[in-house]
Amino acid sequence: MTDQENSNLQPDDPETTGHSWDGIQEFNNPLPRWWLWCLYASIVWAVLYTVAYPAWPMISGATPGLLGYSTRAEVAEEIDRYDALNADLRTQLTEVNLAEVTQEAMPDLYNFSIQSGGATFATWCSQCHGRGANGVQASGYPSLLDDDWLWGGTVDDIHLTIAHGIRNEEDPDARWSEMTAFEGILSDEEISQVVNYVLAVSDQEADTSLAAAGETVFLDNCAACHGDDAMGDRYLGAPNLTDRIWLYGGSPEAIEETVRHSRFGVMPPWSGRLSEAEVRATAIYVHSRGGGE
Amino acid sequence: MSSSDAPPKLYAAQEPIFPKKVKGTFRNLKWVIMFVTLGIYYITPWIRWDRGPSLPDQAVLVDLAGRRFFFFWIEIWPHEFYFVAGLLIMAGLGLFLFTSALGRVWCGYTCPQTVWTDLFYTVERWIEGDRNARLRLWKSKWDFRKWRLRITKWIVWLLIAVATGGAWVFYFADAPTLLWDLLTGQAAFVAYATVGVLTATTFLFGGFAREQICIYACPWPRIQAAMMDEHSLTVAYRDWRGEDRGKGKDREGLGDCIDCNACVNVCPMGIDIRDGQQMECITCALCIDACDEIMDKTGRERGLIDYLALTDEANERAGNPKVPVMRHILRPRTLIYTALWSLIGVGLVVALFIRSEIGLTVAPIRNPQYVILSDGSIRNTYDIRIRNMTQGDAVFRIGLTSDEILRVDLEGGQDLMVDVPADETLLQRVYVIARPDDPAATADRTELRFWVEEFGTNERAYQSQSFIGQGTQ
Repeated sequence: MTDQENSNLQPDDPETTGHSWDGIQEFNNPLPRWWLWCLYASIVWAVLYTVAYPAWPMISGATPGLLGYSTRAEVAEEIDRYDALNADLRTQLTEVNLAEVTQEAMPDLYNFSIQSGGATFATWCSQCHGRGANGVQASGYPSLLDDDWLWGGTVDDIHLTIAHGIRNEEDPDARWSEMTAFEGILSDEEISQVVNYVLAVSDQEADTSLAAAGETVFLDNCAACHGDDAMGDRYLGAPNLTDRIWLYGGSPEAIEETVRHSRFGVMPPWSGRLSEAEVRATAIYVHSRGGGE
Repeated sequence: MSSSDAPPKLYAAQEPIFPKKVKGTFRNLKWVIMFVTLGIYYITPWIRWDRGPSLPDQAVLVDLAGRRFFFFWIEIWPHEFYFVAGLLIMAGLGLFLFTSALGRVWCGYTCPQTVWTDLFYTVERWIEGDRNARLRLWKSKWDFRKWRLRITKWIVWLLIAVATGGAWVFYFADAPTLLWDLLTGQAAFVAYATVGVLTATTFLFGGFAREQICIYACPWPRIQAAMMDEHSLTVAYRDWRGEDRGKGKDREGLGDCIDCNACVNVCPMGIDIRDGQQMECITCALCIDACDEIMDKTGRERGLIDYLALTDEANERAGNPKVPVMRHILRPRTLIYTALWSLIGVGLVVALFIRSEIGLTVAPIRNPQYVILSDGSIRNTYDIRIRNMTQGDAVFRIGLTSDEILRVDLEGGQDLMVDVPADETLLQRVYVIARPDDPAATADRTELRFWVEEFGTNERAYQSQSFIGQGTQ
């Protein structure tokens, strides 16, 4: 301890590493050797792990690993397992009278339908009707939550719509309605009159004199489908014009657009693409969202 | 610097430690604490508690699958996790309190690493003998006797380790059923894996790693050291009384320390307390017992090694009388910790007694925010969860406070009455409808207050929510 640099060392201090920077020295407190062996063991473990499990990225995927472990295979297995568990419910669902599937009467089947129907809806229906099933008015995708139905809102009505679609040429059983485009048939004045009449019957602001004249135009041209009272006809899929719900909007401009050029919304049939159980579960799910009759 | 030629070693082999058996106050205290803590640990899951037919009859049970925590007459639901948070805060404050008063007393007496290492040392001493015999055995060749003793010791350690890991899993499932399942090979993989991991760690940490865990692996020594102050009691050596140390009958110019190394020989951490306060010291006080025994033999006053505070040194060197232990323990800092600790404790107990046995959570469905009905009414949708924490089935009525104008509808029923089975949560979709002439229909946002009322007891639970009207557009 004659070295000038060591003058601060106490007798009990451990030896130094011998390094010195500006008189600052480093004690040598070596780590325990078993700790080093733990590090080596971890390295060996890591290498073995990458050999046993999928790890190394290659050009078209990772090395599969010697144990053949695959999360995709595990998921597929899980799905198969639950499919097998639900097989009975699915069979039951295809045979049961849909109106009887309620929370009180058949809680198991009802809950299964809500869960699986919800998943089907999110996958196939939400693109048009929205994740919350509220539709998109500007594009004519109807809200499925309200109490207004073009073709009826019982679970069987909904099932028929999902299975066969609307105005779909691919499916002869699809529901079909078509409104005439009145541009050229009615004069501009008559169109203006009938638009004001529709505004009036739906309790909106309208020009009273035009609306009064429009009643005749309506009865002559529109009442055949929409009814004398403008309440629509579900058999024909003609919408009720007196309520507050508008498939394409209830503003004077939107109504005039409809009268002049008509509308032609379509929905694809799902019975070929989805299993009958999926279609039925989706019908029960849609029926349960608040609009079911 | 003669050692500068050879590079210093970066890694050192573990120095084996052979603590000698010791008798005394603190050793007895450690026995009692070991007995009590291990007793609680092993026995608790086996206490039965009748809660009725649908609930488990285990007094202490962490039911992860059912998301319940049962503790005797108390049942904690997931939303009541603040009780656990409160207990954790109390544990933290308790650690501050004990550390500021008594240093690393947790490490020395109650830390599982200390308790099990102590137990393993006891087994070792029982099979291989005390310090000298163990030292001889360590140095001897691997003959039949050494193998026999070593294997016997390892088997006993392993049995303790299995029992340790085994006891842990009983807190998470019905103990008698799980024990039978474990023995017959029918238990879940996670149960075996837990037992296996805890067995391995207990065996390795208690039998081989021992003080290495405290010195190298555990963060507490650093944290606890930072929580102490100059008034905290730690195990220390009265060097002003002991030095200069020396052997022999002629004590002329020598202190009370006869340099017998009794304190060093009993230390489970392998340190010499006479070197002063050290990070390695867990304040188990076995050196105090060992030294007191020597002081009795040499006819000197006890307490050459003692629980001391840093302030005692200056005080006693100056010739002042000793400060009583209670004066070190009772001081503003510890009293404040105690007050805070008690405050939270009282708060938790009060919360436990005033908590309601029914609960309500209302989640508004905001996709869409509202639905317009054909008559122009505005409808909002809510998913409400009713918790029936009682131990019987109950019927609940759902309603809104005050506003009669807003109407409430249930999905799939109109009578606003729902059945909720005992100890379960019911999810119910609820619609609230405002007529077109209702101010809520045109307002941006209207405050609502849901309630559920248990039929029979008239006990209510409330939750506030808002109703979104067309004003948002």
